Amino acid sequence: MHEAVLGLRRNWAVHALLIVGALSFVIPFYWMIGTSLKGGAELFETPPTWFPRSLEFGNYPEAWNTVPFPRYFANTIFVAVSIVLGVVVTSGLSAFAFAFFRFRGREGIFNGFLSTMMVPEPVYIISSYVLLYHLPGGGRDGWIDDYSALIVPWLAHVFSIFLLRQHFLSFPRDLVDAAVIDGCSPVRFLFVIVLPLSKAALTTVCLFTFINTWNSFLWPLVVTNSDTIRPIQVGLAYFAQEQGTEHGLMMAAAVFSIAPLLVAYFFAQKQIIASLTHTGLKG
Amino acid sequence: MPYAFLAPAAVIIVLFRLLPIVAALGLSFFDASFGKIRAFVGLAQYSELFGDPAFWRSAGNTLWFVLGCVPLSVASSLFFALLLRKGVAGLGFYRTTYFLPVVTSFVAVSMVWKLIFHTRVGLANSVLAGLGIEPLQWLDEPTGIFQLAVAGLGWDLPAWAHGPSLALVCVILVSVWRGIGYNVVIFLAGLQSIPEHYYEAARIDGAGRVGIFRNVTWPLLTPTTFYVVVMTMILSFQVFAPIYLMTGPPIGGPLGTTNVIVYYLFDEGFGAGGNMGYASAVALVLFAVILVLTLFQRKVVEKRVHYA
Repeated sequence: MHEAVLGLRRNWAVHALLIVGALSFVIPFYWMIGTSLKGGAELFETPPTWFPRSLEFGNYPEAWNTVPFPRYFANTIFVAVSIVLGVVVTSGLSAFAFAFFRFRGREGIFNGFLSTMMVPEPVYIISSYVLLYHLPGGGRDGWIDDYSALIVPWLAHVFSIFLLRQHFLSFPRDLVDAAVIDGCSPVRFLFVIVLPLSKAALTTVCLFTFINTWNSFLWPLVVTNSDTIRPIQVGLAYFAQEQGTEHGLMMAAAVFSIAPLLVAYFFAQKQIIASLTHTGLKG
Repeated sequence: MPYAFLAPAAVIIVLFRLLPIVAALGLSFFDASFGKIRAFVGLAQYSELFGDPAFWRSAGNTLWFVLGCVPLSVASSLFFALLLRKGVAGLGFYRTTYFLPVVTSFVAVSMVWKLIFHTRVGLANSVLAGLGIEPLQWLDEPTGIFQLAVAGLGWDLPAWAHGPSLALVCVILVSVWRGIGYNVVIFLAGLQSIPEHYYEAARIDGAGRVGIFRNVTWPLLTPTTFYVVVMTMILSFQVFAPIYLMTGPPIGGPLGTTNVIVYYLFDEGFGAGGNMGYASAVALVLFAVILVLTLFQRKVVEKRVHYA
């Protein structure tokens, strides 16, 4: 009896602390939405109001039309979908080679790939810029300010190769032997046996690639100059710098920029959390 | 045959990872700007860099940023993970909520926090006012937090003891806030991998809650803790987006107290000066620091860390 009461009380204390934590994560989101719904004068009141006096939705269309947000969204979706498709193909193929073939230099090449993961993006951002500037094709400045700069360098992802290879290595040896004995070609083996058995691992790769691309900032900031190819994060950052005092507009833009991922998150939280914590994040 | 499967990934990785990494090293030996390489200068840019007070200031700010983020993030996420470990009712709800900022872009997150720290219409000062505390300047405050803490007593610390500016501390808090959910999930996985019979044995031996934490949980959790510490450290050294979006104008302000190393190299390389060679030298110094951390992690993980 005594034990049970103590346990219950402790449980309440645990929940109280956890709820304080949860509030600290939710309140900034509430503040974002709340501010986006405030009208002109209310935005400049000191102290700020917790609940908007009347719900003004005007900030949303105004923000949406002030700069080409529809274009930014289209750019981000186009870039993210291209990269997801590319990463799945290149990682799937190379992980397949690493897992199922013996060939000269296999370990060396694999370790060479892995070693590039130790070098963080800011280290090679400047030399990449110089390289892209000198590549043929693209526009006036080489690949700079061109979709190719946003997409092509990200079409392979070493950690995805690593992840898929680990998954492929977990296949029973008998399965491979049986396929070889039956005269199954490697391509057929990949498409008929390996890929259908790898749906979970491929989903993981797709989710984190999509989310990381959607949220990436430093790279697109550096390689884009014009509104026509700018993705959403860079467009939003410029909008924030130009409209610095228009808090209602800024928060409305912030809300619609995060809405697509948050909607996806509420439908697939388990997969998304697992996918991101498998792989590490970018800042 | 296997080489054909390997080729697409290999072309991208060689051209857009290996080549730029090698080129970064090469570029640091040249005086170069926006695609124009002017002259070979050898190690001159490195000696210029180490003699540049602006570089050391941004290195110092970065160090404060790392020293602030790592303990705060590790302690708070371990704290929440320990609360969640017992499988309390609503675990899924809490985890979903704590993870919310992780899937949100740093751009949007920085924008709302900049507004919360706004000196006139921000939530932070209105909470202080509710508690009867004088408003603070938050992101506009260049004074170090240690000096701010003792200023009320009429003390004046020497400049080197002022600590990071309140503005930098605000950015630290936002970065920690954004990453907690991620570290909580990692810690939860680590805690769940500790076999239950260790706890049973400890309880039978009459160990209390503190004893169990000190002698069972903490030592068996070291591989996870170590991973979280090093990963948080490596990511903190690369902080950019919240500095770019929350501070200034000019970015890195007030008075340069939030100018961190990645913003410094970004500004040197892509700013008005366009010193891409010099910026590459900065990048290489950053890489050296991160490489040492990575190698240190591998060595320690191999040798000293206890595996459950």
